[in-house]
Amino acid sequence: MMKRNILVEGNKDYKQISEEICSPTEVPPGKGWVAYFIPANLLLVFYFCVLGAIIGIGMGLMGVNHPVGWGTDIVTFVFWVGIGHAGTLISAILFLFRQKWRTGINRTAEAMTIFAVMCAGIFPLVHTGRPWFAYWLLPYPNQRGPLWVNFRSPLEWDVFAVSTYLTISFVFWYMGMVPDIATLRDRAKNSIRKLIYGPLSLGWRGTNRHWQHYESAYLMLAGLSTPLVLSVHSIVSFDFAVANLPGWHTTIFPPYFVAGAVFSGFAMVVTLMCLIRIGYPQMKDYVTINHLETMNKVIMTTGMMVGYAYASEFFIAWYSGVEYETFTFINRAFGPYWWAYWIMVSCNVIFPQLFWFKAIRRSLPAMFVITIFVNIGMWFERYVITVTSLHADFLPSNWGIFTLTFYDFGVLVGSFGMFFTLFLLFLRVLPMVAMSEIKPMIHVGRKDGH
Amino acid sequence: MKKLIQKFNGPNQSGVVGFFEDEDKLLEAAKKTYEGGHRHFDTISPFPIHGMDDAMGLKRSILPWFTFVGGAVGCAFALWFQWWTSAVDYPLNIGGKPLFSLPAFVPVIFEVTVLLAGLCSFAGVLVLCKLPRINPPILDPDLTSHKFALYIPSSESGYTEEKAKSFLSGIGASDIRSFSEF
Repeated sequence: MMKRNILVEGNKDYKQISEEICSPTEVPPGKGWVAYFIPANLLLVFYFCVLGAIIGIGMGLMGVNHPVGWGTDIVTFVFWVGIGHAGTLISAILFLFRQKWRTGINRTAEAMTIFAVMCAGIFPLVHTGRPWFAYWLLPYPNQRGPLWVNFRSPLEWDVFAVSTYLTISFVFWYMGMVPDIATLRDRAKNSIRKLIYGPLSLGWRGTNRHWQHYESAYLMLAGLSTPLVLSVHSIVSFDFAVANLPGWHTTIFPPYFVAGAVFSGFAMVVTLMCLIRIGYPQMKDYVTINHLETMNKVIMTTGMMVGYAYASEFFIAWYSGVEYETFTFINRAFGPYWWAYWIMVSCNVIFPQLFWFKAIRRSLPAMFVITIFVNIGMWFERYVITVTSLHADFLPSNWGIFTLTFYDFGVLVGSFGMFFTLFLLFLRVLPMVAMSEIKPMIHVGRKDGH
Repeated sequence: MKKLIQKFNGPNQSGVVGFFEDEDKLLEAAKKTYEGGHRHFDTISPFPIHGMDDAMGLKRSILPWFTFVGGAVGCAFALWFQWWTSAVDYPLNIGGKPLFSLPAFVPVIFEVTVLLAGLCSFAGVLVLCKLPRINPPILDPDLTSHKFALYIPSSESGYTEEKAKSFLSGIGASDIRSFSEF
């Protein structure tokens, strides 16, 4: 008979779990946390400066120009939205599939989703060039007619998709956290902690008549989040696919983008989990090597899906017989942006193949490096799609070359400052493992287990 | 101030509470309490316990109706709103497309459906559980961490403190005590 892997190691009891998960929020932060937090904060300040310059002086500071009108902002927007997808996949889809191992990582993955989508949301606003008019994106009664937004535009669909995604992810995350915040409230020793966690816990007391409705709502939200997460990156891909540009106008885009999003998101989760295991040694019992190995398998699988999409695009470009399409793909691989294309292929298709070897799948340093490469590759994938299609379209007189400026690098690097600052604050003030979800799992795989 | 909070939280109840070692014992106890004719009792645990709803004789939660109504309203509103703005209030010919271009309206209809369904599900929890409550009395701070309890409120028919206490000790509870507000 197949044996279940142990989900929570160390033969823990419920009290010990509360103790270990709550303690990072209850004791002063360690040197390790501060050592991450200060650089992250400095990077955030740098980000504010770069954004301030771009918004105050103008979009001309960035590389976008004619003919490449979509640059780093759009590339990095798609990059961050994609990262977010792993959190919802882990929290909602794996919940519906009854994958019990998700309980060790779902809270952190959901937090990652929310912070990644927050990072993503800034980029389209900056890209508009006049972010102070961002509210024009919303359909509100106005004195210009009223002139409403164009609901036929994929860019408008994006406004709805991303804001719905952020809201629902936040509700799902927060609702899942209410019982755990109640634990923090009941453990609070001083009145300041009681004052913070008391209202946040909504007065939750864990009676079964409440658990009944809570579990039902959790299931509903999981069921809603599942099609939602698939729709969000599909709609992001429509931004490209609805345009008539060679290399963009393809029906493969929605599934291809979703697979890529899960791929990059899982890579980000593994990267973060490697760091959490170093910073919080007690987490090794909750995020075991088995968890990481499973995630690495998902990374390898989705990596191959992405590789299949690359191959399929090439095949269809040739098979369609459309000369513009054929040119675009040959130009991607061997034109002026050949380096970006091959960074993408090697990081996304070749390196993850190392996960065929069990020793590499279970080696922390190896997976840390590979998952970072995956995310580099996924940023370049969006760069290749956006820039190579725009820089050489139908008319050679309309061709040009896009170069990144200091400000392009600045917003890209700076957004990581924002992400890590938020993520580190989350680790500091909220329970990083879903205690009320992992406690029923402690018997799984044990001798006394079910 | 205290009176205001009391009013916001709703009335408290008194009763008798007993503690159990783990979730299996609590489940067993809940079954026996239900069989003993109690209908208003409740269990308290740090996590939801599989099978407890049946043991307590609870009917299925009506929460999915909140989700359904939210989703239906969101769907209908998004469809109506896009039709009204695009075809009625300020009709504009965009790319020669029909004023009411239904296929292009589907993504926004979907997103608004999910948004309202999700928000209504969360609102449903608050309504059905009568949350939020401000600083409500708790029976034991460890009940959200590692303890399991069952309480019989005074609203139970034929309730006396003595009877409830002896019933709880009969089904194996420990640390039985009466409380004046919960």
